[in-house]
Amino acid sequence: MLEFLTRLFSRESSSSKDIAKERLRLVLVHDRAGVSPQLLQALKSELIKVISNYMEIDESGLEVNLESNDNQVALIANIPIKQMKRLPENVVSTL
Amino acid sequence: MGEVIVVTSGKGGVGKTTTTANLGVGLAALGHKVALIDADIGLRNLDVLLGLENRIVYDLTDVTGGRCRLKQALIKDKHCEGLHLLPASQTKDKTAVSPEEMKKLCQDVAQEFEYVIVDCPAGIEQGFRNAIAGADKAIVVTTPEVAAVRDADRIIGLLEAAELRNPKLVINRFRYKMVQQKDMMSIEDIIDILAVDLLGVVPEDEQVVVSTNKGESVVQDERSRSGQAFRNIVQRIKGEAVPLMNLNQNGMLSKLRRIIGLK
Repeated sequence: MLEFLTRLFSRESSSSKDIAKERLRLVLVHDRAGVSPQLLQALKSELIKVISNYMEIDESGLEVNLESNDNQVALIANIPIKQMKRLPENVVSTL
Repeated sequence: MGEVIVVTSGKGGVGKTTTTANLGVGLAALGHKVALIDADIGLRNLDVLLGLENRIVYDLTDVTGGRCRLKQALIKDKHCEGLHLLPASQTKDKTAVSPEEMKKLCQDVAQEFEYVIVDCPAGIEQGFRNAIAGADKAIVVTTPEVAAVRDADRIIGLLEAAELRNPKLVINRFRYKMVQQKDMMSIEDIIDILAVDLLGVVPEDEQVVVSTNKGESVVQDERSRSGQAFRNIVQRIKGEAVPLMNLNQNGMLSKLRRIIGLK
């Protein structure tokens, strides 16, 4: 009876097996791609450098992650912008 | 020329040695000539699982180092006709053997036996490279946990890089009830993630501890559920198509069957 009840209620939140599966998927994306935290960190700092040429970003709020669903891997970057930079005329004309 | 099968996992403690011992005893019980090689140099355990710890004179490194002949180092199992063990050295370390020496050793052993099963140490360093060097086929053991499946994935990648294609998976310590409650990854979940063929599923079973205590193997215990799972895996290694056993031990019907002795 108790089992039945817990099963009934556990449907609401995601089960621990689903959490395990999701964590595993994510960790395997990193493992299989050979992406180290150092590599992600390097990617992050280069992104900041490039984007900072064009806009002012909130570096502390920057998130860069690899995510997977349905056998596809995506690089998801969440970059909060503080302010757009006023670009000098000559830069704009070359864009 | 026999078949050399390596049993590996990456992570420690998932049941490599238990699997190796049970498959060896299971195959030998069917009349095959089987040799088990303990490749976990420095931390030998297979001898203890088989109850042969008091019979060791020479070990693997004595053979590769030319200090004895292969026949002298092979220990006959006391329960099972046709089963032999080549124990690991307890005093040397993994660098005492090279992959080339292991390859030669596996070839020599395979001349005399139908099945050669190599128990691989945990990890992905030289011990692992030694253990897989002479193998024709690989079995990867995992448990339904994130860390074990992750390591299995890594091992599968390394095996394929070493030309050991299509490793077969054994899921050990499986708990049907927890899977029902969605608190453990299911067989489908694990197969889906690892994308390998399933060789068998072994249910969690206290009888494994009892057998191990006595230096025996559950595969010879007719009433043990994990023993049945290992017997099925043995059949599959022989090429028989055996369906997965019913893993639900808590159903009324299976309880009733067990009470009246029908297993």
